[in-house]
Amino acid sequence: MAEVLLGIAGKDFVILAASKAAMRGPTVLKAEDDKTRQLNKNTLMAFSGESGDTVQFAEYIQANAALYSMRNDTELSPSAVANFVRGELARSLRSRSPYTVNLLLGGIDPVTEAPHLYWIDYLASLAPLPYAAHGYAQYYCLSILDKHHNPNINLDEGLKLLTLCTDELKRRLPIDYKGVLVKVVTKDGVREIEVDNDKVVKSA
Amino acid sequence: MSGYDRALSVFSPDGHVFQVEYAMEAVKRGTCAVGVKGKDIVVLGCEKRSALKLQDTRITPSKIALVDDHACLAFAGLNADARILIDKARLEAQSHRLTVEDPASIEYITKYIASVQQRYTQSGGVRPFGISTLVVGFDKNDGTPRLYQTEPSGIYSAWKANAIGRSSKTVREFLERHHQEDMDREQTIQLTIKSLLEVVQTGAKNIEVAIMAPGKRLEMLPDDQIESYVKSIETEKQEEAAKKKSRTGTTTAAILTRPGGGESAD
Repeated sequence: MAEVLLGIAGKDFVILAASKAAMRGPTVLKAEDDKTRQLNKNTLMAFSGESGDTVQFAEYIQANAALYSMRNDTELSPSAVANFVRGELARSLRSRSPYTVNLLLGGIDPVTEAPHLYWIDYLASLAPLPYAAHGYAQYYCLSILDKHHNPNINLDEGLKLLTLCTDELKRRLPIDYKGVLVKVVTKDGVREIEVDNDKVVKSA
Repeated sequence: MSGYDRALSVFSPDGHVFQVEYAMEAVKRGTCAVGVKGKDIVVLGCEKRSALKLQDTRITPSKIALVDDHACLAFAGLNADARILIDKARLEAQSHRLTVEDPASIEYITKYIASVQQRYTQSGGVRPFGISTLVVGFDKNDGTPRLYQTEPSGIYSAWKANAIGRSSKTVREFLERHHQEDMDREQTIQLTIKSLLEVVQTGAKNIEVAIMAPGKRLEMLPDDQIESYVKSIETEKQEEAAKKKSRTGTTTAAILTRPGGGESAD
């Protein structure tokens, strides 16, 4: 819950942001954690939840996506990956030891070049959304995104919108999540974007 | 029939396992595949069976298959058997990544394929894989090209250049004569195609070529490029033949006792 996951889909891109703190109880173990995995050329997954479960599950999905593209000589579309992930979580949920993992999955469809963002939680709910958040971040950011997001924004506007969200988190969330790691998916693939996490935002 | 080829796991009195030898015979009847290592590149070449008039060549499967991003293989023998074996290899390659976070080395993949092939020579109710494979690629953070061969018996071996399938002996001998150390990209591709042309009569449209370089994705050489290679090789051959002809025409008259001796004098 103390982990921040944010996703914003725009005209031709999807931004995923994940907090950089790896925590165990109240302790920060690492301040440069990468809670994302690239599944194929144009899909990226950000995850939070029970540590251990998260990476294990993400890499399992990663390997299966790679195996699929190797076997069929095609890349899976983001919607196909999202539904596969949902299926795997639903299966896991009904097993003896289910994965406790929440995910945001962003990608560009290789055929239509349309951006897709999916919100998935550990109960295997799947929702395609224009913007999404997991954990406490939902309480602070969804209202901002409600007000400022529209599906035709370009990347610069998307990153500005993300800054509005992270500023609000700094202002109101009483947890130091050590800043966010930001990655963007476009038709050319996945790349990391440098953001200024050191900006000080004073509470009102 | 001697009776010793009924069950797979039964030796004949003189120490043969006939089913395995029959599998090797199936390999010899498969279309030819060649692998050549260069300085920092490795090339696979395959003979393609010519397509029938109404066949859709775009979706007819290739004899060159990607096992993982960094490893690929070509096979000779029964196509249907190959599909099963390739699938097992792909699964193992991903499974290896998942368990140790690193891509499997080419040798590991080869060993795995060979051990599957071996298992199918010693278990009940199965028959051996009727295929040989050439496994090529690069290990992680390593620019050395790798080329391995596996056989139906489960034997595997490393090579600088090798051929499997129909007329593989002719091609291998050609490679033995013409292979050099540290060939560049052009030379390696050229040698691959040249060696295949020894046994493929129909030329460019029945050849496919795949190139692997360190850290790069598999590159299938486009048809028009293969064609231009084939053309240049053929003109080169013709020129050589013409030269030889004119030379023998003049020299035989002069030095009757040493036919072909003119060649070493040049």
